Amino acid sequence: MSDSHLVLENLCKSFGPVRANSNVTIHVARGTVHAILGENGAGKTTLMNMLYGLLQPDSGRIILNGREVRIDSPRRALELGIGMVHQHFMLVGPLTVTENIILGMSGQALTLNQGAHRARLRELSEAFGFEVEPGMEASRLPIGMQQRVEILKCLYRDADLIILDEPTSVLTPQETRTFFDVLRRLKAANKTILFITHKLEEVMNLSDRVTVMRAGTVTNELETATTNPGELARLMVGREVIFNIGSREGRRGGRLLSLQDVTATGERGNRALDGLSLDVHEGEIVGVAGVDGNGQAELAEVIAGLRPYTSGSVCLDGEELAPYSISERVGRLRIGYVPEDRQRTGLVLDQGVAANMMLRAHDRPPFTRFGRLLDFGAIRRNARALVERYQIRASSIEQPVRHLSGGNQQKIILAREIEAGPRLLVVAQPCKGLDVGAIEFVQNTLLEQRNRGMGVLYISTELEHILAICDRLVVMFRGRITGSLLPQEASSERIGRLMAGMTEEAA
Amino acid sequence: MIDILTDSQALTNFLNSALRLSIPLAFAALGGIFSERSGVFNIGLEGLILAGAFGAALGTYLTGSPLAGLAFGLACGVLLATPLAVLSVTLGVNQIVAGIAINLFALGITAFLARITMGASANTQLLAGFHRVPLPVLSDIPVIGAIFFNQDVLVYALYLLVPALTWLMFRTTWGLNIRAVGHNPRACDTAGISVAGVRYACLLFSGGMAALGGCYLVLSQVFVFSEHMSAGKGFIALAAIILGRWHPVGAALACLLFGLFDALQLRLQFGNPEIPYQIFATLPYVASILALVLLAGQNVAPQAVGHHYDRRDY
Repeated sequence: MSDSHLVLENLCKSFGPVRANSNVTIHVARGTVHAILGENGAGKTTLMNMLYGLLQPDSGRIILNGREVRIDSPRRALELGIGMVHQHFMLVGPLTVTENIILGMSGQALTLNQGAHRARLRELSEAFGFEVEPGMEASRLPIGMQQRVEILKCLYRDADLIILDEPTSVLTPQETRTFFDVLRRLKAANKTILFITHKLEEVMNLSDRVTVMRAGTVTNELETATTNPGELARLMVGREVIFNIGSREGRRGGRLLSLQDVTATGERGNRALDGLSLDVHEGEIVGVAGVDGNGQAELAEVIAGLRPYTSGSVCLDGEELAPYSISERVGRLRIGYVPEDRQRTGLVLDQGVAANMMLRAHDRPPFTRFGRLLDFGAIRRNARALVERYQIRASSIEQPVRHLSGGNQQKIILAREIEAGPRLLVVAQPCKGLDVGAIEFVQNTLLEQRNRGMGVLYISTELEHILAICDRLVVMFRGRITGSLLPQEASSERIGRLMAGMTEEAA
Repeated sequence: MIDILTDSQALTNFLNSALRLSIPLAFAALGGIFSERSGVFNIGLEGLILAGAFGAALGTYLTGSPLAGLAFGLACGVLLATPLAVLSVTLGVNQIVAGIAINLFALGITAFLARITMGASANTQLLAGFHRVPLPVLSDIPVIGAIFFNQDVLVYALYLLVPALTWLMFRTTWGLNIRAVGHNPRACDTAGISVAGVRYACLLFSGGMAALGGCYLVLSQVFVFSEHMSAGKGFIALAAIILGRWHPVGAALACLLFGLFDALQLRLQFGNPEIPYQIFATLPYVASILALVLLAGQNVAPQAVGHHYDRRDY
């Protein structure tokens, strides 16, 4: 700890009544990889934004290279040698790599001297093994390459402290491996790396030290070598993480949803569903596994009423669904739907928590009176009760949901759909992008509802999640079901073969 | 009507008037490109042209010097662009609404001030203005010389502005900043560029450019100020920006095209007095609608245009 590159001392930041960071103190040694581990909403990104000048701390000190500094803008941060690679890359699509990198650099002549920059960038890129071509248009680069451009941007400005915000969340497994190599090279060049993550294995693999954050405070700062994933998970979530596996209560009831030879057309005119048959019973979670893009999204949309089916039958309790509108399916038939894209389909991002919680029932009691007049008292009471019950972290029930973390956004949708008392719940990719604690919450909520007799169709590309909670699982391939099996008889080879399109007999 | 196809003098006259009709559009469109490239719709071009025209008339009326009028017109344009910038950049008011407000304000205030300052004579008494200055050698080129190189200083200034602004937009760090801010302001903010600073500069610049268009109307074409003399030119300039794909050269050519239609409708009016002239007067507007229809779906607009940027929204 003798050579502290960066010390954060008692940083505090509040947004209205929510304390995003409270008394955060962190020591980062020069030339090390320092991980900041925490769940979504733990305050990691707020902290990094203060360090990069995008937010101002309410109180506390930032000490860089032994001197206290005030960072009031990204420009100041860059001058101080702090670079940041954001989770969503900050590239201007139609500009070239070179243009993106020199954008905003101080001390440049009026005329763009692209040639000279390009040559120096190529040199730098080669020195780190980045294989980035400076003349390429940024929007044409694969994601992994875009990330290296972002890192190059930091290096080209001589940043010696590089902040990486959830760097692997957008990468494929292959790109992640390349990225790990890049990090090791940066460390070898004596750069200090601060990286934000909620993935335990990355912390174990890459970091020298790790700071664990929870609910805006630092819970621990440890040497990575002295800890283990179990301990980190406990520190991060604040208790032992228990997935409620096997707590089977209640029994499987009668047949609730039944699909027979259903076909439907996809977005590009393709046959997204191609003779699909499937049953869901009361008190049963049926998992739908498969490689993304094999008709899973369309299946959910057909049941929710967002997409018509062209042949076959979809019945709830033996009654054909086709004539029912979306709102009748919600209100009369009681079908709940948690869509895959929660930000675009599931929520109205600029509306408050309360409005989002009554979205699909806005046209009937208890949210309306005298026909169509909204009852704001009831809407607020409902929102307050659900925020409490589902432990949603929001500054108020009027806060636009855009500003909430992914886990809290998902909780709002779940709360809305479940509290409407559905008999059947269709959930698509409910745990995408969520951290351990939020996943646990989602899964336990679904299990609880199952035990009360709800039928659940659980669509996910993450096999582990499906295996953890479903009572039965089916595998989809090219719009049809290739196999149906129980979790205990589902070996990964067997599912793998079904996912690749081999039928049950062949598998 | 047929004479412009057979008689070279008639053709020259026709093209000359087409060019002169396109000049105010081109000034406004060049300014609008900068504003839109930085991410701000400038629906207020119409009002800014009018402000420039009024300023030019008043300045010349008071001093008798068209140069003073030009400076005054320019100042009025920049002045009127300031509340537009405050509304749309600082306060985050919807850019369309802010632009419309500026247009309506300009319409009323220029008519009012013109009556106060210049009195009833404003519409009748001709002001001093710029006169044609044939460029040596160039103006002797047959047809082309008479069309392009027998104009006044404002037109020559425009000839220089088109390549200069193209260079500024695509070959300088300022231009890079402008293009980047209009496409992804968040990325620029994190790269240390002041998004608001770039947008203010571009909006004020577009105010000055549109005002030059208004100055040209008064100081080179009609030599009087009349109410609402901009007559929709700011909106045609907006169409020219789209047709010219946000490129100074493209927009200048688009303006020339609209000028051509305007000259054509004037000729049709005079050639066919038995037909109500209003039908011909719609021609440039019909042309601009057609141009937009033909280009529909080809979206090359700056991605962030129309969107307010606030660091805290992320």
